[in-house]
Amino acid sequence: MLRTPSAIAGTVLVGLMVVLAVIGPPIWGDQADLIDAGAILQGSSAAHPLGTDNLGRDLLARVLVAGRFSLLLALAAALIGAVAGVVLGALPSVLPTRLARLVTGAVNALVAFPGLLLAMFTAVVAGLGARGAVLGIGVAIAPGFARLTQTLAASVAGADYVSAARMLGVPRRRILVRHVLPNIAEPLILNLTQALGGALLGLAGMSFLGLGVQPPSYDWGRLLFDGFGRIYVTPVVAIGPAVAVALAGIGFNLLGDTLARRAARTTVPGKKATTSVAADTDKPDEGAVLEVKDLTVTFPGGVTPVRQLSLSVRPGEIVGVVGESGSGKSLTAAAIGGLVPYPGTVGYGRLRLCGKDVTELSRKELGTSLAMVFQDPMASLNPALKVGGQLAEVAVVHQGATRAEARGRAVDRLGHVHLPEPDKQAKKHPHELSGGMRQRAVIAMGLMGTPRLIIADEPTTALDVTVQRQILRLLREVTEETGSAALFISHDIAVVGELCDRVVVMYAGRVVEELPVDRLATGAAHPYTRALITSLPDMDTDRTLPLASIPGRQPGPAEVGDGCAFAPRCALATDRCSTERPLLSVYGDAHQVACWEAK
Amino acid sequence: MKIKDLTVRFGAFTAVDSVTLEVPPGRIVGLVGESGSGKSSLAKAVSGLVPYSGSITGASRVQMVFQDPYASLDPRMKIGESVAEGLLRLPGQARVAEVARLLDLVSLPAEVAGRYPRELSGGQRQRVAIARALGAEPDLLVADEITSALDVSVQGSVLNLVRSLRDRLGLPILFISHNLAVVRYVCDEVAVMHGGRIVEHGPTLEVVSEPADPYTRMLLESVPRLRR
Ligand code: SF4
Repeated sequence: MLRTPSAIAGTVLVGLMVVLAVIGPPIWGDQADLIDAGAILQGSSAAHPLGTDNLGRDLLARVLVAGRFSLLLALAAALIGAVAGVVLGALPSVLPTRLARLVTGAVNALVAFPGLLLAMFTAVVAGLGARGAVLGIGVAIAPGFARLTQTLAASVAGADYVSAARMLGVPRRRILVRHVLPNIAEPLILNLTQALGGALLGLAGMSFLGLGVQPPSYDWGRLLFDGFGRIYVTPVVAIGPAVAVALAGIGFNLLGDTLARRAARTTVPGKKATTSVAADTDKPDEGAVLEVKDLTVTFPGGVTPVRQLSLSVRPGEIVGVVGESGSGKSLTAAAIGGLVPYPGTVGYGRLRLCGKDVTELSRKELGTSLAMVFQDPMASLNPALKVGGQLAEVAVVHQGATRAEARGRAVDRLGHVHLPEPDKQAKKHPHELSGGMRQRAVIAMGLMGTPRLIIADEPTTALDVTVQRQILRLLREVTEETGSAALFISHDIAVVGELCDRVVVMYAGRVVEELPVDRLATGAAHPYTRALITSLPDMDTDRTLPLASIPGRQPGPAEVGDGCAFAPRCALATDRCSTERPLLSVYGDAHQVACWEAK
Repeated sequence: MKIKDLTVRFGAFTAVDSVTLEVPPGRIVGLVGESGSGKSSLAKAVSGLVPYSGSITGASRVQMVFQDPYASLDPRMKIGESVAEGLLRLPGQARVAEVARLLDLVSLPAEVAGRYPRELSGGQRQRVAIARALGAEPDLLVADEITSALDVSVQGSVLNLVRSLRDRLGLPILFISHNLAVVRYVCDEVAVMHGGRIVEHGPTLEVVSEPADPYTRMLLESVPRLRR
């Protein structure tokens, strides 16, 4: 992240400013104060590149020396603003309701007030000079900080751990100090960096208006003020301090921006790098809708959430991929759909959709032959657009339909997924629909084309059981009707067992078992699959016995060793298991297992 | 604990509509329903987190365990400190001993106290949250979807713990879940909520095998089942 030009520029500028503040006064201090009656009010010359002032002092030296004072004043102002702001912002959470409301109201009013006016007013009241200016700028910065603190604190105050502390009777002051402040410190510190830049500019402004630093002290603003009167005669005398202020201000703002972006650590979706893992030796399966061979997803730092995964889906078939959190199942779906977030890289021996390598498919072909449904339907719907329009868009872009045709088809598809009164629903925005209806709309969107494969990643996880039942039925119906195949990703083995024809069980990035669904409940051979099934309570579980569970936890995508990844949790594990990895091998009819002990 | 005519309103919306329910000592009462049924609002009212009208008696020290153990523990506090938050009444030495005792009660080794939440699995975190709640010596434990954020493979250990707490401590527990199979396994009684009201309430096995209310029946039919 530190590689962007703005990040480098910010870091370098701030670094320079700090160095200047440290070495400026000792090196150029004497020269800056040297009065030379023979060189009064000069312009640029070899001896004085930026000219001299009315006492003949060298202005370049003065600019370099003034750095320390300017930065210190800015730091003081920013700190005053930050401390006052944080206190004001945090107070409402410990004060009684009435007072809290008063403080919040005051902060809101101050935020709306122009900062410079606030600063000038305070400076005039506090007295001319550096102290007044610092106080003034501090006061101007405080309301912004207070607002930020309030917003951040409010989000933390809603966290479960704060509710838990409240229920335990932890006093409010302690909650603020122990829970709220530590968890909002990071963004506040980031904001401080940006406030520093602001304070620097603000102080320069104050000095420039004559409200700030008074002679014989001087900062950049003061130098600017002194030089400004001569700007038409010898412009160079004003340029030095102006450039210094601008560079410092820009530097702090850029650095603050960079830090903030780094802290947010957003994964920017980027281009995926596709590399071939192994040469494609045996013949591709022409009949399969989806054929995946040796799919691997890697992230920097040796993190490999998906490892040499192979699976295939035939027309009309619903294949379930089941696994617990961290098994790599969702990234498998993402890799097939070309949606692995940056900086992940996808490698495969073969990745074919509808008989073609995915790289040979055009965007348009991909858009119509592949439909994706996610857990959160809002990920696929634009909240700002009406549902019907979004569906129609698909037909316009991918199928070259006219607007009217596309609209008609959209309404037809919405009806197809059993949305009541589809023409009415088409005119609604996504947020006006319930979760289940939104998921139907997303499925309808996939049906705008003629999908050969539907990839559904936890499509019912966020839904109620009764709605889940309806969506599962709809998926079944849609595949049967259109002859499309489906890859259904879920953590819920019961749901997979109910919907799918074939089941692929994933553990630590690999397929550990693949079997027909009717063998799942009683015919599973892998110890992990079996343990999953026995730990799943259902409507017939014996209530007198303790419920089974698997001790330990799944290894993370960077922790997988050489042997069987399940070995540390497996009751059947032998010495061999922890050193040698069992390969997926045929166990029975359409049944494959990766386990040394499965016989 | 007895709830009588409890109503929770958010503006014009009535989330819980004059509900009457009892959680006897040493019993786990399950509360099932879908989103919007009012079960979470009822739990929050009982825990004192939202205002209500009506009466709740016999529950002066309610503790709640939340759904997401990743959100209910402060990421910047060590496990021991989190558990100790409910023990501020005790002097330092006794507090350390009590933390160890509570962790043992939920079958976690004492050394866990020195770790941060991110170092524990979801199931272990949920045990920590339970230990913290127990430290306040509650007379009612409200468990709000405590296994729905957990993987199936660790869910069992948390459910077994809930049952053993009832047996060992005689603690009454209000167990809220949308998962009927889980409720069936854990609860002695079950109350089904729909539209802010309790539509059916009875011994778990009776409700599950002979549901009287059509809504209960629909819920039961919707439970996904492995074809055995
Ligand atoms: S290979 Fe060994 S450790 Fe792995 S599942 Fe089989 S028996 Fe268990």
